[in-house]
Amino acid sequence: MSVSTPRRSVRVALLLAALAGACRPATPPSGSARELRWGGDAEGGAPFVEADPADPTKVRGFDVEIAGMIARGLGRSPRFVQVAWASIEASVERGDFDVGLSGVEDRPDLRSRHAVSIPYYEFHEVLAVRPADAARYATLRALKGHRVATLGSTQAYAILIAARDSLGVIPISYDDDVHPYDDLVAGRVDAVLLDNIIAERSLRRSGGKGFVIQPEPVATGHYVAVLARSDSALRDSVDALLRDRMRDGSLEKTFRAWNVWNDAQARYIDAASARAPSDAGSPTQNPRSAAAYLPSLLRAAFVTLALSCLAMTLAVAAGAAIAAGRVYGSAPARALLATYVEVVRGTPVLLQLFVLYYGLSSVVRLPAFLAAVLGLGLNYAAYESEIYRGALQAIQRSQLEAGRTLGLSEWQIFRLVRAPQALRLALAPMTNDFVALLKDSSLVSVITVVELTKQTAIYATNIGSWVVPGALCALAYLAFSLPLARFARRLERRWSGA
Amino acid sequence: MERRVSNPLVVRDLGLKRGDRIILDGVTFEVEPGELCALMGASGAGKSTILRAIAALEPFDAGTVMLDEAKLVPGPVPPQSRLKELRRHVGFVFQAPSLFEHMTALDNVMLALVHALRWPRDKSERVAAELLESLGVGGRSGAYPRELSGGEAQRVAIARALAPDPAVLLMDEPTAALDPARRGVLGELLRDLVKQGRALLVATHDVDFARSYADRVIELADRRIVAPGSSPSGV
Repeated sequence: MSVSTPRRSVRVALLLAALAGACRPATPPSGSARELRWGGDAEGGAPFVEADPADPTKVRGFDVEIAGMIARGLGRSPRFVQVAWASIEASVERGDFDVGLSGVEDRPDLRSRHAVSIPYYEFHEVLAVRPADAARYATLRALKGHRVATLGSTQAYAILIAARDSLGVIPISYDDDVHPYDDLVAGRVDAVLLDNIIAERSLRRSGGKGFVIQPEPVATGHYVAVLARSDSALRDSVDALLRDRMRDGSLEKTFRAWNVWNDAQARYIDAASARAPSDAGSPTQNPRSAAAYLPSLLRAAFVTLALSCLAMTLAVAAGAAIAAGRVYGSAPARALLATYVEVVRGTPVLLQLFVLYYGLSSVVRLPAFLAAVLGLGLNYAAYESEIYRGALQAIQRSQLEAGRTLGLSEWQIFRLVRAPQALRLALAPMTNDFVALLKDSSLVSVITVVELTKQTAIYATNIGSWVVPGALCALAYLAFSLPLARFARRLERRWSGA
Repeated sequence: MERRVSNPLVVRDLGLKRGDRIILDGVTFEVEPGELCALMGASGAGKSTILRAIAALEPFDAGTVMLDEAKLVPGPVPPQSRLKELRRHVGFVFQAPSLFEHMTALDNVMLALVHALRWPRDKSERVAAELLESLGVGGRSGAYPRELSGGEAQRVAIARALAPDPAVLLMDEPTAALDPARRGVLGELLRDLVKQGRALLVATHDVDFARSYADRVIELADRRIVAPGSSPSGV
């Protein structure tokens, strides 16, 4: 399990190279080819898979070495295919590569949908807390009512969701495994639950300061190789090879080289190398039924709706103020507002969300939901302001002059004559923007807000299909946007007297 | 609706340039209360510009415009807050009616009463309804501008301009879009307004209209007034 923000620019080169490879038409997945195509996520970084600093077009890590062992054992040469970590299972089933191998966690539902190897590594889910909290937050139970961060779509996340219901902890889901620890140090969350490899790596990165890892593991899990369901023959070969490499000490050597060898590993490998595949692994979570996800989907839909409505309210208010400033303001004010519009419109909203949430966290530590409302609202305000400016300028001069000759003040002319007519012109593009905002609200999952799309992705990953979750998600978005469009059309008709 | 302003509208030495082009040069005339003056001249002679300068919609470069206490001098158009006196006494009817599209006829007429004069709503509504009635469009008070005919829209626009009870009414080409029958109705209507003691300055190039209804013709040619007070029969 590993998805971190690339900290080294060399990774970008590798990702591009790997992406180019992944975009080629898929070659026959196995058998005929002399290559073993294996999929992993180099964004996850060491010790799993990372771009080799010495040659960024190559990857290295213990998963890379294991892929090499398997390929050689099969008499093939390994070929790396870059894939987003969360998409490994879907991609292997599509035939994008033969084996997925990048800290893939063993789960019962994974075994029900794919051909899965014997576990090759045993990890522990461990809690990281700030040093001052080490004594009081030793277990999940002690974290009742507190925010506990983790990476989404993982075993740790499933544990936290279960703990939300049973223990009252507040799970916070991230798209990467770096920011949970940053936010722990910054005080945004009170603990992080992730596997020991990631926890130890993060501790090394932070120079051993900022947080401590609790010694008592919360759960145990295993890394496995995942293959397409129909590839059980290849899976059996992989299992045999893995057992051989356990017995001959190659795996131990690799794990020692990557500094992830420990006593627990020794015990596990001793037992596993002798066992049959079906005995291996002891998943900690039970699969949840589809119906069990409905409440969380509804909750996420509500988050999406509330977030969109609040952000749009902010966008309309700020957009109207910016437009009025650009039409009526002094030259410096106009220049300032134009700069705001161009900068905000010209940069990605994703970047703005990151800057608001992470970039400014040393100055002001905004709660995630507030940062999401501000980020989306202020971004859309730039677009709204241009709509309103155009609409204001479309009102004929004679209308304003008629207001002047009647003795109305400029403010009254704006409020009673110009703005109401401009609003009629702006209504259709505004509706358009609100629908766009509804969908753009899915971007805020990068700053830990679990909204509809994110919850759907989590649901889809867990049940291994996008069909039902995708349809439910689409229905929810349509249920928000269609009535809005209908309402806007009715208003338009009423205003135009049709 | 008795008029209280007893002094004439005085325009003296009005001069206006656009870039290097001289539009008006030394324009001088007066309009007395109870008088309908037709401001005549070829298209582009500057008739509308004079009206707009008097109504403080356009800046001018020389001369003065005076009405009682209100006085306009060369320079940029003053802000609305410094034009209260002028706005109170000078109404303007544009060539295109320019009614507020999002309001009914009644709301158009009430707007200045409620928001500029700050009258109570019920009183404003009563006065506005009476005005529309007296102009023959009482039955259209609930209609939106897009639902009115050209003639109806013009009368609503006149009602809107008359609502604050101005001493002077400026009208820009009021007959431009009217057939002869409606022109006659409008002429009679304007005569009634004059009888109430208002001063009317009507920019028009309609010779027949001027001859039939104006007390006096002010003729504009070559950027100046060439006939500052000829009787309409001489036109």
